[in-house]
Amino acid sequence: MFDESSIIVGLEIGTSKICAVVGEQGADGALNIVGLGQARSRGVRKGEIADAALVEEDVRNAIVEAEKMADVEIRSVYLGVSGAHIRGFNNRGVHPVVSADREISRDDVGDVVKNAKAINLPAENTIIHAVRQHFLVDGHGGITDPVGMLGARIEVDMHVVHGNTNRLQNAIRLVKGLQLKVEEIVSSGLASSLALLTSDQKELGALVIDIGAGTTDYVVYADGVIKHTGVLAVGGDHVSNDLGHGLKVPLSRAEKLKLEHGSALVDEAMTGRTLTLTNEHGLPLKTVNVEHLQRIMSLRLEELFQIIAADLESAGLVDYLRAGVFLCGGGARVPQVAALAERILQMPVSIGQTNSISGLKSALDQPEFVTAIGLAKFGSLKSRRADGKTSLVQGIKSTLHGFLRR
Amino acid sequence: MNTSPEIPAAQPESSPARILKIIGVGDAGVSLINTLDTVEFAGATRVAINTDGLSLASSSAEVKIHLETKLMRGMGTGGDAERGQSLAEEQFSTLKMACSGADVVLIIAGLGGGAGSGISPVLARAARETGALVLAFVTLPFLCEGNRRSKQAQLSLEQIKAVADGVICLPSQKAFKLIDENTSLLDMFRQTGGLLVEGLRGIWQLLTRPGLIQIHFDDLCALVRNRHSESSFAFVEASGAGRSREIVEKLITHPLLDEGRALTDSDAVLVSLVGGTDLTMAEVNRVMEHISRHCEHAQIIMGAAVDAALKNRLSVTVIASKNVAAPELPAAPAGDLVGPVGSRGGMGSVGVRATPPAPSFSLEQREQALSKSAGRSRRAAPKMRQEQLPLAIVSRGRFDKSEPTVHKGEDLDIPTFVRRGVAMN
Repeated sequence: MFDESSIIVGLEIGTSKICAVVGEQGADGALNIVGLGQARSRGVRKGEIADAALVEEDVRNAIVEAEKMADVEIRSVYLGVSGAHIRGFNNRGVHPVVSADREISRDDVGDVVKNAKAINLPAENTIIHAVRQHFLVDGHGGITDPVGMLGARIEVDMHVVHGNTNRLQNAIRLVKGLQLKVEEIVSSGLASSLALLTSDQKELGALVIDIGAGTTDYVVYADGVIKHTGVLAVGGDHVSNDLGHGLKVPLSRAEKLKLEHGSALVDEAMTGRTLTLTNEHGLPLKTVNVEHLQRIMSLRLEELFQIIAADLESAGLVDYLRAGVFLCGGGARVPQVAALAERILQMPVSIGQTNSISGLKSALDQPEFVTAIGLAKFGSLKSRRADGKTSLVQGIKSTLHGFLRR
Repeated sequence: MNTSPEIPAAQPESSPARILKIIGVGDAGVSLINTLDTVEFAGATRVAINTDGLSLASSSAEVKIHLETKLMRGMGTGGDAERGQSLAEEQFSTLKMACSGADVVLIIAGLGGGAGSGISPVLARAARETGALVLAFVTLPFLCEGNRRSKQAQLSLEQIKAVADGVICLPSQKAFKLIDENTSLLDMFRQTGGLLVEGLRGIWQLLTRPGLIQIHFDDLCALVRNRHSESSFAFVEASGAGRSREIVEKLITHPLLDEGRALTDSDAVLVSLVGGTDLTMAEVNRVMEHISRHCEHAQIIMGAAVDAALKNRLSVTVIASKNVAAPELPAAPAGDLVGPVGSRGGMGSVGVRATPPAPSFSLEQREQALSKSAGRSRRAAPKMRQEQLPLAIVSRGRFDKSEPTVHKGEDLDIPTFVRRGVAMN
């Protein structure tokens, strides 16, 4: 039915669920989502694989479901990666233009990019992405394509995302073990931002916060390029764990309470309200105070946003975020979470919408699926670029081909 | 740090532009400066100060000052520091005169006895008043010399610290590790004395050699001053092809550096390397690399010099200062062993109760110490980690087996409301 090369699959191995999104790339290059498979994840903690056997089974289930729905055979995936070991930073590369006429050639650009990537990483780390921000020619900034310009010195600013090689390989090996080819690994935060942000928003400056179960990934765009990325190994699991500890209920019960009665802000109307927990026979077991429940959640989420706010503050990016903040991930479902984030980050906050794709829209426009959709989108941009039709993701450059084939 | 463009031919005589005086105080100090009668120290005036005429008579010092009153009846201080001190106060002008004209005064004394402990603080003050920079080089007594002597030594050390620009202190007890158990008492003192001279020579090199990377006296003083600290130092030499490695090994196993522990604990380290004309940057680099690895938290001051006379030898002097309030001295002396050792022998002609340098360890001994120190530093690391109070054990619940999420020293896996102390009931 489909030409195999036009099928693009994003696979996210998350802490609470494993999600595979099947996209079909149309002739015009637009991505159309045709299938989705998901499975509850049991072997992942804080975005990293803890029990490979369980994860393998769950991934297989998700892939099978996606294949059934889209009626395709999945051969390769774009794999999302997360975890506290993933870090991003900005680096500048310098290269002197040596040609006699001082015209900057494509080779010069290649060299300066290479220089920017030659960084002192810990030996056990690998670069996941190296994204071009902009070029400087003889100290003049804001240049997107310097080829053909005249200058003596060319510099480039890059945002480099890197992570621990072994931990990244764990996920890659697992997927390969299922006879799936890993086209590329993509950091989850970056994928989410691709799915959510329009180019206008990237230009204006935006912050995407993906609150997953195990990790919270955030990405800052400004002037159309990635300025900052971060991963915090705190997420919805922490909220449940806090509730379990504070209300003295088992984790499964805490999870349920979170979904049914949770709120990011303490609802004044709930003051003094209690809930009676019952066992499977309907007999009362325990009463919990709703106000406490919400306060515990509120404190945790508040702290999460405070840490992000402090990080942005120290990176000096707060004033660049004119398009505001976009939330996604399961954490974005918590009632009032946008209001809480607005209070702490002091800027407009909304729940992100995956506008830039077509397909099973209503079913897909859920905050949980943003990362997986973003992965598929990453793949489509990638393959479009490979076709040489457009160069929308000119800045995103793979460094992982050799790494994946190991 | 200044780097001279060409290698200065290091002539000990020509180098000191400033006038140096080495003053030995008490029996130990006097006998020690006798051993400094070598070409290297020719640039300095040696002064011997004691209350005991006999030891002065045998001294080779250029200037001898006999502090005496009728009260003493020619018996010296009798091991009483207070008596030594009051005597020194009485003769304050004499002491001041002895120090006058010097830019740098190096006081050498064995603390614990009457003369050394009593006179040294007063002498340091006198030297300070003449405007000289004062560096005191003192030893603390062996544990077996008894409670009183170590108390006197401690007190005196505090007093010297208060007035001198810098104090380098060597607890003699550490020399035990250096010397074979069966060494005779006499040999022991002789050996430790010889070792001390080695150490002094290292410091001397620091101060007088024109360095490629110069360490100023101020650097030295800044390192040892105002830290309320005990500085330990070591001087090691090695020659031949693997000399830089040998140096590092010797330093790490050095008893005066507590087999490298002093380096790990120190918060300021001064390193001076002196080599022959064939000294290479790689060697300097290797030595420095190892030293800085051992003292991660320390501020390191480094100096290097070339001395043609050293031929293919490389000598390294390390002074490590740590900010510990109480120096590790006699907790409980094992009985009062004041016999001939304590009362006179300790201060006798061979009574140099101090000790530095290169222990001649056998290969296994060194390896043992190396592995020991390695194990220690590994164990020392968790010390830095914040410990959880036993009363506030919070189960990490589902994150029990995962890597903790630590952000700015806080374990984020612990519920926020617990960390912020919000009561829930």
